[in-house]
Amino acid sequence: MLDQFDARLDADFPPVDSARLIAALKPLLPAEGLKTTVEALRPYETDGLAAYRSLPAVVALPESVEQVQAILRVCSALGVPVVARGAGTGLSGGALPYPGCVLLSLAKFSRILEVDAQARTARVQPGVRNLAISEAVAHLGLFYAPDPSSQIACSIGGNVAENAGGVHCLKYGLTVHNLLKLEIVTLEGEVLHLGSDAYDAPGFDLMALMTGSEGLLGVVTEITVKLTPLPETTQVLLAAFDDVAVAAQAVAEIIAEGVIPAGLEMMDGPALRAAEDFALAGYPKDAAAILLCELDGAGPDVAEEIARVSALLSSSGATEVRQARDEDERRRFWAGRKGAFPAVGRIAPDYYCMDGTIPRRALPQVLTEITRLSEVHGLAVANVFHAGDGNLHPLILYDAAKDGDQDAAEALGGAILELCVSVGGTITGEHGVGREKINQMCVQFSSAEIDAFHALKAAFDPKGLLNPGKAIPTLARCAEFGGMHIHHGELPFAHLPRF
Amino acid sequence: MGNCRLRTSPGSDLTESLAERVRAGGPLRLEGGGTRAFYGRPFEGELLSLAGHRGVVDYDPSELVITARAGTPVSEIETLLAGETQMLAFEPPVFGPAGTLGGAVATGLSGPRRPFVGPLRDYVLGARIMNPQGEVLRFGGTVFKNVAGFDAFRLMAGSLGCFGPILDISLRVTPRPRAELALVFEMAGEAARTWVTGLMGRPLPLSGAFHDGHRLHLRLSGGGAGVAATRAELGGEEEPLETWDAFRHMTHPVFEAPVLWRVSLPPTGPAEGFEATAWDWAGGQRWLTADTVDPGVWARAAQLGGHATLYRGQAGNGEVFQPLAPGAFNLHRRVKAALDPAGIFNPGRMYEGL
Repeated sequence: MLDQFDARLDADFPPVDSARLIAALKPLLPAEGLKTTVEALRPYETDGLAAYRSLPAVVALPESVEQVQAILRVCSALGVPVVARGAGTGLSGGALPYPGCVLLSLAKFSRILEVDAQARTARVQPGVRNLAISEAVAHLGLFYAPDPSSQIACSIGGNVAENAGGVHCLKYGLTVHNLLKLEIVTLEGEVLHLGSDAYDAPGFDLMALMTGSEGLLGVVTEITVKLTPLPETTQVLLAAFDDVAVAAQAVAEIIAEGVIPAGLEMMDGPALRAAEDFALAGYPKDAAAILLCELDGAGPDVAEEIARVSALLSSSGATEVRQARDEDERRRFWAGRKGAFPAVGRIAPDYYCMDGTIPRRALPQVLTEITRLSEVHGLAVANVFHAGDGNLHPLILYDAAKDGDQDAAEALGGAILELCVSVGGTITGEHGVGREKINQMCVQFSSAEIDAFHALKAAFDPKGLLNPGKAIPTLARCAEFGGMHIHHGELPFAHLPRF
Repeated sequence: MGNCRLRTSPGSDLTESLAERVRAGGPLRLEGGGTRAFYGRPFEGELLSLAGHRGVVDYDPSELVITARAGTPVSEIETLLAGETQMLAFEPPVFGPAGTLGGAVATGLSGPRRPFVGPLRDYVLGARIMNPQGEVLRFGGTVFKNVAGFDAFRLMAGSLGCFGPILDISLRVTPRPRAELALVFEMAGEAARTWVTGLMGRPLPLSGAFHDGHRLHLRLSGGGAGVAATRAELGGEEEPLETWDAFRHMTHPVFEAPVLWRVSLPPTGPAEGFEATAWDWAGGQRWLTADTVDPGVWARAAQLGGHATLYRGQAGNGEVFQPLAPGAFNLHRRVKAALDPAGIFNPGRMYEGL
């Protein structure tokens, strides 16, 4: 895990003399905008996936689009890789520096440039924190809907790069559904505008392609987001189950009933017990699973839906259904869920968070199989599940200090992701591929599909300098890693030599 | 699982014969039901028909996802969904019974709900397309949250077939609202736009705002109580819900003229020169009619931060879509070449040289 990149399997760039690089960048930035000493680089060696570390050659902190353009032109001319970074909260190693790269931090792009209350839009710089947008427009009765659990810290630029989700995305959509316009700078230093202040733009939908592209296509320097009116009423139900499969079935019945909850979350026994001990949320600790179902909208409609969903949960086998009595209890119900990751962090020295998405109907089968895999690999797993949209976060508990545990955790994680693909799902629902899941991409996609991704990448970045070794594996990597995997019933990469 | 109800519809899979034809080379003119042939520039290409490649492959109402082959008529899909009290929220315009799902996705056109629920593109979860080698590429999938790989499936929406035949599409579907009604108001266009803009800043169950040049039409969709309360607050006269079919499918008289422009403008911004038009999307989509084509419309739309499309009528230069800035056009050419290097799929349908 510590040996992060492999020149043979990822990308190979001729080394550039760092004195030459620094000399070229120095005139472009104020002194404090360029970090070159090892001590100053250290904070940038990792992101939210802290097990992966490597040092950039320099860290550049531009303050203007012109500076971003100039830096990228230098990198293009010298052939130096560039890794853009927002708040560094990503969980897949997307902002992990490529050794010897220029780490381009957008931290100084931290201004909300304009709020248009009438149009319900905000024009912001990429370093603005997700939650800061909602806070800035709350007095207008508006909010920015996507709410990844790191929303206090994560930046909107990082959200665009990852197409971040959140607990409310079943109803309010992902990042891509809440964007109007992006300003990007290409590796050649060209500024382009994708999307529009109107409801659509001419030509191909390149804004949608750019969203979630993990920093491989360009650097986002400005974002226009859509704002949503705050709902009139919000209510939450907590339902307990003595069987995870019964809970999964209840989720299907809520959806089939024609209800789109604002949030629909499931936790299994180990996850809910850890969360309860951590947050004192009031969860029933003897349950095998709990569901949190949040409904919002007009007051009388919410009351009617609460009644319908309560009845449905009871009739589908819930052992207990509780409605939060007030805002305080509602917040506590959510505090338990939102604190589930750190809570699990207290019951094991380390945990490894997976991020597959599966069709909801496969949930009982997938949970059973995860239990089996957990026994095979000798590591416990706690499951937290965005049940409404099928996004599963198994948390693998391990001890990095224990010999072999780290490798076992990665092997179990890989097996879980492959399980998600085999039931028709995906290896990542919202955390991104980054560096972490680069090998599993070979399981989900064929060589022709990966070729197409590389061709799209080259259309934006012909030199391949933007965030190399991330998100899209080389075919050489897939040939080496993917030898044992069968994709769509065929041996993948059959035409490639095996190393 | 007990209530896992998979629905399919009869159809046929022409992947093999399509691949054979694609491998034989182009240029190819991709077509489904042929009802959207008017949308785009005239260009040369041998017909590659996807009309026979049809059928619903997978539909499980509790997953909120339907997967169908490109040649499946939109009406067939909507009938199937209606049977489960579900719908296509983006309500694509359909220009005749032959109109197909593939055509709807390739043109990317969204109906009156667009400002309230998002465009067609937001509902595409995955697509399988055919590359110039006749290989099938699958992008995205059948799940809502999926960030593996570039989102090439979203790129297919509105691509006009420029990246190759779309073979099948997985779409997110939504429950039908429990209550729905249509209202009409005597109100001039600009006053109506200001009023509707204010309403959209509140969490009201709006699902349509159309102005026919004389009167404002609003549609409400949602829970019974919320719709009733909003209806009581807004006033106006009730009219049949079917009125909205004519707006959606563009069969209303406001669309009748020798020349028809679709002008997409920032919905709350100035609309100089376009104030008198009929509009949908709360003012974001204007329909300009004329007797002859005035190419100045493109420049005027761009000045207002929008763009224009010539729906009906022939411009002197043969163009249909808003001209792109040179940087954007170059990027378009590179993206097109990434997936179709020899330019065999619908060359020139969107822009000359693309």
